[in-house]
Amino acid sequence: MLSSPEILQTRSATPWLKSAAQIGVIGGIITISIALQGMIQAFSSRDVIYQVVTMSQAAILLTFFVMGYVAAMRLPMRAASSSIGAGAVAGFISSAALVLLIGLGNVVNLGNVFVNATPQLYELLTFKLGLPIGSLALLLAGLGLGALAGAILLLPDSPRRAILTTLAWIVGLGVLQDLIRVTFADWGFLESALRFFYASNGLSLVGALVLSVLIPALAILWDKQAPRAQTRIDRLPAPTQRALRWGSLGFGVVILFLLPALLGLYLSEVLDNVGLYLLMGLGLNIVVGFAGLLDLGYVAFFAIGAYVAGVLTSPEFSTGVIPNWWLALPIAVLASGAFGVLLGIPVLKMRGDYLAIVTLGFGEIIRLLALSDFLKPWIGGAQGIQRIAKPDLPFIQISWGPQAFYYLFLAGCLLVIFVSYRLKSSRLGRAWMAVREDEDVAQAMGINLVATKLKAFGMGALFGGLAGAIFATKLESIYPHSFNFLISINVLCLIIIGGMGSIPGVVVGALALVGLPELLREFAEFRFLFYGIALVVMMLTRPEGLIPEARRAMELEEFREEETEQATAS
Amino acid sequence: MALLNAQRVTKRFGGLVAVDKTDFVIEPGMIASLIGPNGAGKTTFFNCITGFYRPEEGSINFNGHELIGLRPDVITTLGVARTFQNIRLFSNMTALENVMVGEHPRMKATLLGAILRDRATMNEEKRAVKRARELLDFVGLRGHDDELAKNLAYGDQRRLEIARALATDPKLLLLDEPTAGMNPQETGAMVGFIRRLRDELKVTILLIEHQMKVVMTISDRVSVLDFGVKIAEGSAASVQQDTRVREAYLGKEYGQ
Repeated sequence: MLSSPEILQTRSATPWLKSAAQIGVIGGIITISIALQGMIQAFSSRDVIYQVVTMSQAAILLTFFVMGYVAAMRLPMRAASSSIGAGAVAGFISSAALVLLIGLGNVVNLGNVFVNATPQLYELLTFKLGLPIGSLALLLAGLGLGALAGAILLLPDSPRRAILTTLAWIVGLGVLQDLIRVTFADWGFLESALRFFYASNGLSLVGALVLSVLIPALAILWDKQAPRAQTRIDRLPAPTQRALRWGSLGFGVVILFLLPALLGLYLSEVLDNVGLYLLMGLGLNIVVGFAGLLDLGYVAFFAIGAYVAGVLTSPEFSTGVIPNWWLALPIAVLASGAFGVLLGIPVLKMRGDYLAIVTLGFGEIIRLLALSDFLKPWIGGAQGIQRIAKPDLPFIQISWGPQAFYYLFLAGCLLVIFVSYRLKSSRLGRAWMAVREDEDVAQAMGINLVATKLKAFGMGALFGGLAGAIFATKLESIYPHSFNFLISINVLCLIIIGGMGSIPGVVVGALALVGLPELLREFAEFRFLFYGIALVVMMLTRPEGLIPEARRAMELEEFREEETEQATAS
Repeated sequence: MALLNAQRVTKRFGGLVAVDKTDFVIEPGMIASLIGPNGAGKTTFFNCITGFYRPEEGSINFNGHELIGLRPDVITTLGVARTFQNIRLFSNMTALENVMVGEHPRMKATLLGAILRDRATMNEEKRAVKRARELLDFVGLRGHDDELAKNLAYGDQRRLEIARALATDPKLLLLDEPTAGMNPQETGAMVGFIRRLRDELKVTILLIEHQMKVVMTISDRVSVLDFGVKIAEGSAASVQQDTRVREAYLGKEYGQ
């Protein structure tokens, strides 16, 4: 009897320490890899807050904080001491790993293996305070920030959210400084506000302080008012509610139309890219998401759409007889759709992996054909096609920049989204889903597999062709190497990240995977690193995608519940 | 006239003759049962009728159509529906959607109709939902419309599979061990349910069954397969008395 409290204590003490230490080790690996990737040097000249925190310091310090937070969050029971303790342990170990690296680097020359492990790196990591004091500072920062994170977790929801929101905003505003300043440069009042908040490099200290008062205040206000507003809306009579919903939808559409004017050239270009990938994503979503046919050669249809539009409208070719892109568009789209059906025929009997490999081959064949000397007289070979017609409209003069093309992409995306939704909840959509679930049974239920699959390939190819035709006219010139395998993979990734078969998921996936990296131009060198990390993290923590298809969401959530039940039972 | 008339149907897998020159006739409105020990070729015979396998010899005539050589979906459209021994629902679709997939061959909506949602398409869709609800009611799954198929209880899954098969509007329904894995009480309910299918929906039924008790209570005629050969056929009672049947099930010595 006497020993039982002791046992309880060891039981409750050791596991949290162990798990916090594990998190700390992960944090250490993260910080070390940040350092050895060269991010520290790359971002050391950029400030988040002017002359207070550089981006590289922010990256390291934030890692400590996040690790502390995660460690505290993983505690089974949250007591003040264990929460702060776990956070501190995790943060401390993260920083200790870094100190170990610095120490090791000062004894052995790591530069032979890791190019970025230079004395300059160690100097930056130790806040330029010299080795002993700097290392101590780093350790203290890890300990302190980890403990702070653990303490913040103990706060009630509302203030905790406010603090985290503020942190996120300040870091976000600091990192995206160039983009924000360029975008809102000619916005009168906003510009003067920006001049207040920003210094020459990063946020100004005063600006950051004002923000750290303003944002939590707004966040807390929002927390209080939002549910109240929601209940007030819920209490309104049904017609008013409907009007409100339509009103907000209309407002959204108006914003969509004003975006290029609001955001300026660069962001419009980014949005064009998002639109392009969104078109392809929605097309591939029909093939992969709806019908479950894994197609790795989707770029083929994109290429066919682009090439048909190019060949038909470029004066460089004898076939370039259509002076107007709009007339070539339907031909390009239909040609692509026809190819989709044609390429679908030989792979009808294949499933899963085999289908993926064969379609991958098709994608490459199309690219190689475009590159071949054999077809050069007709489609330009390696030189590609230049002088593709612009989508000029009668009576209106349009200067075709990214902002004008935005509307073309917008129209295309809206049309394709509309068609996708309609198809999804139709007889054909159900047939696609049935084929995705179980091909044999679908056939036993009277579904003609050949027709159903070919319709999926055809519809997917139509959308891909549309994307290709717009791509061709936007760039005015196309080359075979624009249509490489990576595009198929990117499009597939954005569907997976967004959520298979989910239309809003594709939109979010395109924004996250195509739009976000463009915003983080500063990180250009490290883009694919982030890309890879994001994919791995997504698959581990949210395999169903950011916005899963309604059904799929249910399944996976249930599965998770079962898992936790089992975990608690054992 | 017979609804289904199979003559000398033979299906081989390499050297194995899974179904050997089997004749099989079903009259409209009857509940016929196919029994036999494991591996006797019952499910293979099912697969021959439904087009999953193509028999090497023989003919299968259904309602004036020769079935051999037709695709499974065409055969379903002609009026033959089936369930599976190991339940094979579209597990990530809702119960209602499962049944609506079954209605597929009886619907006409085209790709263009789905996009434009013209009046004919929408009316058809409404009718399809209504009928799917009725079928769910009929099999006792009222209120489970929006549940995922895989979350239904085992017995409900069996019944959903039958509802899905019924949605194809079959003249002949093939049930592959509908009471497998059920306790006596559930089995009793299923037996009553199968009778209702015949009596209320006028569906002719061919049943594969292991549980003798089930076969004996509802079958109008019982056929016994052993090693792909039909060894006996007749009323439940007469088949039970047959020496060869006893031998097939119990072995030669105990068969006496």
